[in-house]
Amino acid sequence: MANLAAVVGIGQTSYTTKRNDVSIAGLVREAAVNALNDADLTWDDIDAVILGKAPDMFEGIIMPEIYLTDALGCNGKPMLRVHTAGSVGGSTALVAASHVQSGTFKRVLTVSFEKQSESNAMWALSNPQPFSTHLNAGAGGYFAPIIREYIRRSGAPDDVGIKVAVKDRQHGARNPLAHLQLPEITMEEVSESFMLWDPIRYLESCPSSDGACAMVIANEELADRSSKPPAWIRGVAMRSEPTMYAGREEVNPQAGRDCAADVYKQAGISDPRKDLDVAEVYVPFSWYEPMWLENLGFAPEGEGWKLTMEGATSLLDGGDIPWNPSGGVLSSNPIGASGMIRFAEAARQVRNDAGEHQVPDAKLALGHAYGGGAQFFAMWVVGAEKA
Amino acid sequence: MSEENEVITGIEVPIFLKYNFTAGASPTRFLARVKEGVLTGQRCPKCKQVYVPPRGACAGCGVPTEEEVELADKGTVQSFTIVSIPIPGNPIEPPFVVANLVPDGANISFIHLMSECDNADVHIGQRVQAVWKPEEEWDYAMDNIKYFKPIDEPDVPIEKIGKLPVTGLEG
Repeated sequence: MANLAAVVGIGQTSYTTKRNDVSIAGLVREAAVNALNDADLTWDDIDAVILGKAPDMFEGIIMPEIYLTDALGCNGKPMLRVHTAGSVGGSTALVAASHVQSGTFKRVLTVSFEKQSESNAMWALSNPQPFSTHLNAGAGGYFAPIIREYIRRSGAPDDVGIKVAVKDRQHGARNPLAHLQLPEITMEEVSESFMLWDPIRYLESCPSSDGACAMVIANEELADRSSKPPAWIRGVAMRSEPTMYAGREEVNPQAGRDCAADVYKQAGISDPRKDLDVAEVYVPFSWYEPMWLENLGFAPEGEGWKLTMEGATSLLDGGDIPWNPSGGVLSSNPIGASGMIRFAEAARQVRNDAGEHQVPDAKLALGHAYGGGAQFFAMWVVGAEKA
Repeated sequence: MSEENEVITGIEVPIFLKYNFTAGASPTRFLARVKEGVLTGQRCPKCKQVYVPPRGACAGCGVPTEEEVELADKGTVQSFTIVSIPIPGNPIEPPFVVANLVPDGANISFIHLMSECDNADVHIGQRVQAVWKPEEEWDYAMDNIKYFKPIDEPDVPIEKIGKLPVTGLEG
């Protein structure tokens, strides 16, 4: 049985296309200092630092963790870098949490970042491969055929993805940190935006962002003494599966279903739609909301799109299970940080500290991240109460 | 220091790297046969599924694959996307169709280009065949196939996509 741990400090940068005013070290430092301030702590209070980011080629800096040790106050302390592609922000938070839950450390700082403006992440993902023809067209090119198959088998109407694109940007407009600020966005505008990778339109895709996110995770004794309400970690789970194997279920991956079942069991959740108050879920292309609604058990297979269309996932429509009130990955996407932002935003909700995008009376929240070819999954459930 | 310096926000630092790919036994065999104009796969001894290109193991079962299987250069569209942005280093002009194709006799798709078709007519279950480059240009590369084009055969029912024998629909 793991020891109790909780999030006691959260720090984010604002998210934007280009943070030209800071280096990468300055960017991660900013998020880390914000988290320490939020926790009312100093560098001396931190026992270890767990850092995460997506592939090094995204900025062209090989092993950036080496260069970032001083900016993150790691001199004389353990520091570890985690890497699980797009889910890395989530898995980094889980590695940090496990160091506290195991009793190894009392208080850990965890940070993740991406500075997409320094290179070209989309094409850094699309190297030629010697046994394949060179037609890799970024993440959108990879996920578009999977989305097409979801639409075919679910019979979902064409505008589900458009509705998610509008809903998450309306949410993002309530979050001053969100990269895209599009409060007036309309279904028509999304529908008429450029078809990048049919069926994915420009406005149904995430932006490229610079930004960093940080959290301080502490053990029960220290969390009980924290100045602001802690977000208690009630369940943690990771799963992975190969990118490709014959018969692989790409639309509704087994690893995602298994990961959700594991984290729900730990948190005592039997009906996620009913038991959870809010979810921050990794949706980089709009159609992934209905797909993950099914994968995560919020709706039966083939019916996730109905929740979206009913407004169940919309904070503004007063939906019963708001998804991504922060605006989600569709509003801000510093890739390596995007998963941790989901985890941190879930924690903000149960700390009742989410400002204009607060879900009223949120007590239990899911943070979710996925990466690679939808093959790495990381999830946690955080609560306002210990159990 | 009172003078104001201009903020430096972008010094271009290009990195060029060349990598050597050690193919290993299974991809070596695959690439050698592709150079002869033949697609081959490998069958998993456990689940009996046929992999293309073979990587030497079944990722589902976690066991080595050894039995080589010759595949057709006809196949079926499992899914696809129409890409409207250019790919750096590839001269192809958008919009172009990138399809997940399952060759007859295999149980997993690879991506390749579709051409000689109206993009709006491409659909899941559609039958296609490889259009090869001239034989003198063949190398250790899937680019020996220029693209796949639709052929006049009935669509494959959804439940049979990825499950056809090497003899195709009629087989």
